[in-house]
Amino acid sequence: MRILEGKGVTKYFGGLAAVDNVDFYVDEGEVLGLIGPNGAGKTTLFNLISASLVPKPGTIEYKGRNITGLKPYKICRMGIGRTFQTVHIFADLPVYDNVRVGALFGTSTKISAAEAEKETEELLEFVGLANVAQIPARDLTLSNQKRLEVARALATRPVLLLLDEIMSGLTNTEVAQAMELVRKIRDRGVTIIMIEHVMKAIMNVCDRIVVLHHGQKIAEGSPKEIAKSPKVIEVYLGEQANVGS
Amino acid sequence: MQYLFYAIGFLCLIYAGWFMEWLLGKERKGKWFVPGVLVVALAMLATFPLYAKGYTPILMSTIIMYVILSISWTIFSGPTGYMSLATAAFFGVGVYTAAFIGKSVPLPVFIIAGGVISSIVALLVGALTLRLRGIYFAMFTFGLILLISNLLLFYELHVFGTRGRFVVVMDYNTIYYAMFVLFVVLLAVAYLIKSSKYGLALQSIGQYEEAAAHMGINVTMVKVAIFAVSAFFAGTMGATIATRWTYVDPIIAFNPLFSFLPVLMAIFGGMRKLYGPIIGAVIFAYLQETLITRFSELYMLIFGVVLVAAILYMPDGLVGLILKLINKWRKGGSKAQHADT
Repeated sequence: MRILEGKGVTKYFGGLAAVDNVDFYVDEGEVLGLIGPNGAGKTTLFNLISASLVPKPGTIEYKGRNITGLKPYKICRMGIGRTFQTVHIFADLPVYDNVRVGALFGTSTKISAAEAEKETEELLEFVGLANVAQIPARDLTLSNQKRLEVARALATRPVLLLLDEIMSGLTNTEVAQAMELVRKIRDRGVTIIMIEHVMKAIMNVCDRIVVLHHGQKIAEGSPKEIAKSPKVIEVYLGEQANVGS
Repeated sequence: MQYLFYAIGFLCLIYAGWFMEWLLGKERKGKWFVPGVLVVALAMLATFPLYAKGYTPILMSTIIMYVILSISWTIFSGPTGYMSLATAAFFGVGVYTAAFIGKSVPLPVFIIAGGVISSIVALLVGALTLRLRGIYFAMFTFGLILLISNLLLFYELHVFGTRGRFVVVMDYNTIYYAMFVLFVVLLAVAYLIKSSKYGLALQSIGQYEEAAAHMGINVTMVKVAIFAVSAFFAGTMGATIATRWTYVDPIIAFNPLFSFLPVLMAIFGGMRKLYGPIIGAVIFAYLQETLITRFSELYMLIFGVVLVAAILYMPDGLVGLILKLINKWRKGGSKAQHADT
């Protein structure tokens, strides 16, 4: 079943088309990879889906309902969670409270303070931050800050989760851990769209990949098809093409 | 003797704020002690006019006024970091509510009316301007003071032909008690907001507004609502103090100092804790009262020096500094334990 579908999604910044007439869809339960060179429009597409920006023209449907133009908090409560490329954590708040915000506000169903706390503890355990719950979020390592972003987004009980480069800047070990985390999230039944430059991760974790270049969709397919596509190799993968195998 | 009363009154005020903060905390030590002392402190504040005669209750009510203005400013601007300079505007709206209807309705009615009208102004202004951040928001809220006061001046001169008007006069004890009640209500409201999920929402808005919106917080609604609550108390305060002034005109009622002073007091005292603004307001208001009579030219200069020093050397205010020192002292005492862990 298609959980999210974009039709002719376009966004101009001045005269520049950051996202240009892109059609895309996500099936329930899959992990969709979004790749492309820097400036290809990947994060802009995330901003359009999560309603930071409004597409013009174009429509985005979530579970068959047109969600174009809704406010970000509504999108979140409907079940679309996101993380940010440059971490947007609440730096002075304890790690614990960062996640609790998501639990308290992220769903349209009422949640008691006790339930929110229980969920917060469970999620901190899930991403492996339980032992640093009380320290200010700014004191975490980059890798842990990215995990915190994931936990905070998960606290809003997303059906669809947008992960924006959660592996960039991490060491090899940390990347392996992050890949494991993505798999664990998928196993919870959450549909995922992830932007990533770490090819090893993209090729191993994703069920399907969409490639953007200059705001346009230039390829779409399984990791194997993408790795072999001459067009993708030319604009993006280059020498890396064999990384996934 | 008079100074003893000041000291007792000030300590009671600060203690009441500290108590609210203590209620928030998870580790509560000395369970019987704290509520017991609160009862005594509130009882002392409540009976203050009975044994402190003359000028003392008047000074005390001025101080409580600044305490209330400063806490009400902190409710919104503390956690969100939105620098509101509109306190004087809401205060002035309260003053003029008392001036317009004070003679025809009883005291509690026009005090609450002053608060309600201020909140309505805050709702309108907030919905329009809370998308502005930083310096733009500060400038707009400052402009609001000038806008309302000049509109009022124009209206008074052209409709009534006079510049100011006389306000119904209340005796000092009545004013003191009205302020005392408002103080207790405000402490309770500030405590409820801070400990509720909306307090957490305000903090996350202050930390990263965009992320807060994507965590499901209706940021516009939360900001405007709390801004209106903050304006309510500034408005009630204006309506109360107006009855002590006898005569008001728009320039007196909308004095921008009522915007600046609460901000200075809150920063000086420290905004992290509820009792921070109280400490700041008590010290500043007392200083103002004494300095203005003795060194009327120098007092703003002294304020300025103290504030600059506070911002440079005490980023979390007086309270932050004291807590830091206490922590250091405690750590120094328990080094042996830390060595094991």
